[in-house]
Amino acid sequence: MADKIKLEIRNMTKLYKNNEGVRNINLQVKEGELVTLLGPSGCGKTTILRTIGGFLKCDEGSILIDGQPVEHLPPEKRPTAMVFQNYNLWPHMTVYENMAFGLKLRKVPKAERHRQIMDMLELVKMTGMEKKYPGQLSGGQQQRIAIARSLLLKPQVLLLDEPFSALDAKIRSQMREELRKLQIDLNITVVFVTHDQEEAMALSDRIVVMNRGCFEQIGTPAEVYNNPVNRYVAGFIGEMNFLEQRDKTIAVRPENIVINRETGTEGIPGKVRATMILGHYTEVTVDTQYGIIKAFIPCENSETFSPGENVTLTLSKYHEFAKEEKAS
Amino acid sequence: MKFLNPKRLYYYMGRKRFYEWLILLAFMLFFYGPLLYMFMLAFANKYQVPAIIPQEFGFQWWEYVFKQKSLVSSISLSFTIAFIVTILSLIICLPAAYVLSRFNFRGRKLIMFSFLIGNAFPKIGLYTSIGIIYYKFNLMGTFLGVLLIHMLESMLLMIWLPAGAFRSVPREQEEAARDVGASPFRTFMHVTLPLAWPGIAVSAMFTFIASLGESQGTLLVGLPRYRTMPVEMYGVILDYPATAGAVFALILIIPNLILILLMNRYVGSETLAKGYKMQ
Repeated sequence: MADKIKLEIRNMTKLYKNNEGVRNINLQVKEGELVTLLGPSGCGKTTILRTIGGFLKCDEGSILIDGQPVEHLPPEKRPTAMVFQNYNLWPHMTVYENMAFGLKLRKVPKAERHRQIMDMLELVKMTGMEKKYPGQLSGGQQQRIAIARSLLLKPQVLLLDEPFSALDAKIRSQMREELRKLQIDLNITVVFVTHDQEEAMALSDRIVVMNRGCFEQIGTPAEVYNNPVNRYVAGFIGEMNFLEQRDKTIAVRPENIVINRETGTEGIPGKVRATMILGHYTEVTVDTQYGIIKAFIPCENSETFSPGENVTLTLSKYHEFAKEEKAS
Repeated sequence: MKFLNPKRLYYYMGRKRFYEWLILLAFMLFFYGPLLYMFMLAFANKYQVPAIIPQEFGFQWWEYVFKQKSLVSSISLSFTIAFIVTILSLIICLPAAYVLSRFNFRGRKLIMFSFLIGNAFPKIGLYTSIGIIYYKFNLMGTFLGVLLIHMLESMLLMIWLPAGAFRSVPREQEEAARDVGASPFRTFMHVTLPLAWPGIAVSAMFTFIASLGESQGTLLVGLPRYRTMPVEMYGVILDYPATAGAVFALILIIPNLILILLMNRYVGSETLAKGYKMQ
């Protein structure tokens, strides 16, 4: 059950007139899994999502949901539901009417409709809002209703297109938690698109890191963070220092750098530039022959380094990437 | 009346404001002058041209106009035609407007522009050539012929305004409707049309008013069988003194005024103003 493939994309290619788009996409999403497409804007993540939803026709390849090809179906015939970046509630309908629209089209009897809508409103903690118009709700509330509207139709796959990017930081993290809880409770299969790596790390079962229309790496948040396959992924996820050497690049996370007071020992010599206390850890920037290196030191053992002090850096854990990869 | 002395006002208000007032006054006179003058004439019994103020006031011409049997029938005919024209224009032009606003095909701009061309020529020239076609298809002097002439007039407005209104409906709103299972037609009826409603209402109102006021085309195509209000007015102006014309013109204003007030009441001036927005 847990390993049942819900959504499969096979060799999908979708190119725009300017030759941008996505090529040879292969992806399998298991039932109840939340997969995030992560990448900078213009990398094709939304393109993939829109082809799954049926708003774009793919040039080649196929999309299967529960083993059935759906690429030839218009959006209204697909078992998918999409939550848009700008909520896209219909402003001329009340919250209740917004939610009832899809159910009416499915000819759900009125009493049953009412019960389902009320249950769903309770689930997204919006009870009592059914008579309001979208214009009367805050951004977070509108997005909740938009998610509720989609969930109500019991989609096989829920598609979310940067759903929280228009919300402010505090509500965003709260919505993130709520969505994750809903998704696990209801065991929904979700494809989530974001450019926010923190959001991707917090939410996902698996992350697909994208760059210029291609998949760079697919893996769990821990895999992608701890074992980036190339320089691009290493730089995109989390903080990373890059030490350029003759034939290779060494990538090291700030938390994997140890600062030693003694000089002349083995390691990278440098001079402290500045220190900054960031809550439970301290950020120390050090000038070295490789440029400025950032290190995170736990607060408890941070003997405060003073600017200008000579130190030696050692790397407890790092990744090496060959130079050619940088060009690709 | 000493305080109205221009010199006094000039020094009292200061130079800048004095000129501002002068300009405003000139504008008001230009804008409302003819209306006021017509209003005055309508209540004149006797009026000779060189004078500005009528020699005798009264309701003589109102009585005369209301005694004309053809008047009442022309009013009802005008409204019937305006109503049918508005409905037919909506049915024909809205889909066209939607296509022009949503689909980017070759020649889209040219088509949009071509609707302007019809309004660029002197109307009377256009009607002469239309006349030839009308005789060929036996449309001369028919009800259908009059409707077609009126609809031709409304095309520009009925396509440009709603096209702008449709374009201002975000595409994602439609996509969201498709996503929950609505067919393209249902999406149009339940989402696009209600959201574009202000623009459509404004253009429908203008079509109705334009149809009520249309005279040239009806005169050429409809006579002698179809005499609408403005056509009837030509006769009144030609055959009777200016005072009778003023009375008739006032009567013509009333339905338009009611229509605009109704629109304002039920659509709201904000939505109405929003409807004018063209992109």
